[in-house]
Amino acid sequence: MLILTCPYCGVAADETELTPGGEAHLTREAPGSDDAAFEAYLFQRENPKGVHFERWRHSYGCGKWFHAARCTQTLQVYGTYPAQTSAPPQAICDKISGARPGWSWRLFG
Amino acid sequence: MSEIASVTALNGARYDGIVEVAEMPLQGMITLRGKLGAAPVKNAAIGIGGVDMPDDGMISVQGDRAIAWMSPDELLIFCAYDEVGVALTAMERTLDGSFAMAVDVSDARAMFRLEGAAVRDVLAKLTPADMSVQGCPPGRMRRTRLAQVAAAIWLTGETTAHIVCFRSVAPYVFGLLSTAAQPGSDVGYY
Ligand SMILES: [Zn+2]
Repeated sequence: MLILTCPYCGVAADETELTPGGEAHLTREAPGSDDAAFEAYLFQRENPKGVHFERWRHSYGCGKWFHAARCTQTLQVYGTYPAQTSAPPQAICDKISGARPGWSWRLFG
Repeated sequence: MSEIASVTALNGARYDGIVEVAEMPLQGMITLRGKLGAAPVKNAAIGIGGVDMPDDGMISVQGDRAIAWMSPDELLIFCAYDEVGVALTAMERTLDGSFAMAVDVSDARAMFRLEGAAVRDVLAKLTPADMSVQGCPPGRMRRTRLAQVAAAIWLTGETTAHIVCFRSVAPYVFGLLSTAAQPGSDVGYY
């Protein structure tokens, strides 16, 4: 069972109180982008055994979207942070480095 | 407007088991959304709720009045059911055009009260929320789910819990609470 702390209301919410929102930090390719970039935006996703970044919505609570950094292998949660950012905060990256030195995920790590 | 009197969803249904389950009478409820730190929003809330602004995640209660923190931009204000119209007018005046919204949700909600020593156990059968004293102390407003529907739970003491849910699911929630409170189903965990 996954428990994520909502960064907006501070509630330690069970997975079943949340709605999964898929992979985090995608760049939405706008009209005018080339086909390869648009295809990647639509279809290409990470599927790591290890560090992963996701979007979740606190749907049975405050209703806000937020980000979570966690490990898909150990289920360790490195942290949650607000949705209004395009990159994970340094404090969370440092925490991941402590647990998984040399990690990388897309452009981060 | 009409002569038809308002009624609650379940006509005050009750169940006596390891805790007492009771549907509460009609309760005025106003949702206020806006910047909670802004003076007009605070004043509009306090003017009707008649209590101090609650801390984040908490509810301030005084009699049948209360202010509950629902999210970083949402409060639920409790007042007498027949005062809601007057209250909304007063709130609009206080808000004075600020970017905020006050809406009467009284008839969209149902409210229950649980009474008895096993309230934490009964609720823990239905919600994934931490119902321990540390996880849900009296005064905490915990929005969560009861089985398959959204609900907000708060305790006003170690033997009294309150639940607000959507009116459309009131029979379902009453059924859940009654089943979880069946005699002989004591858990004795909390
Ligand atoms: Zn939340």
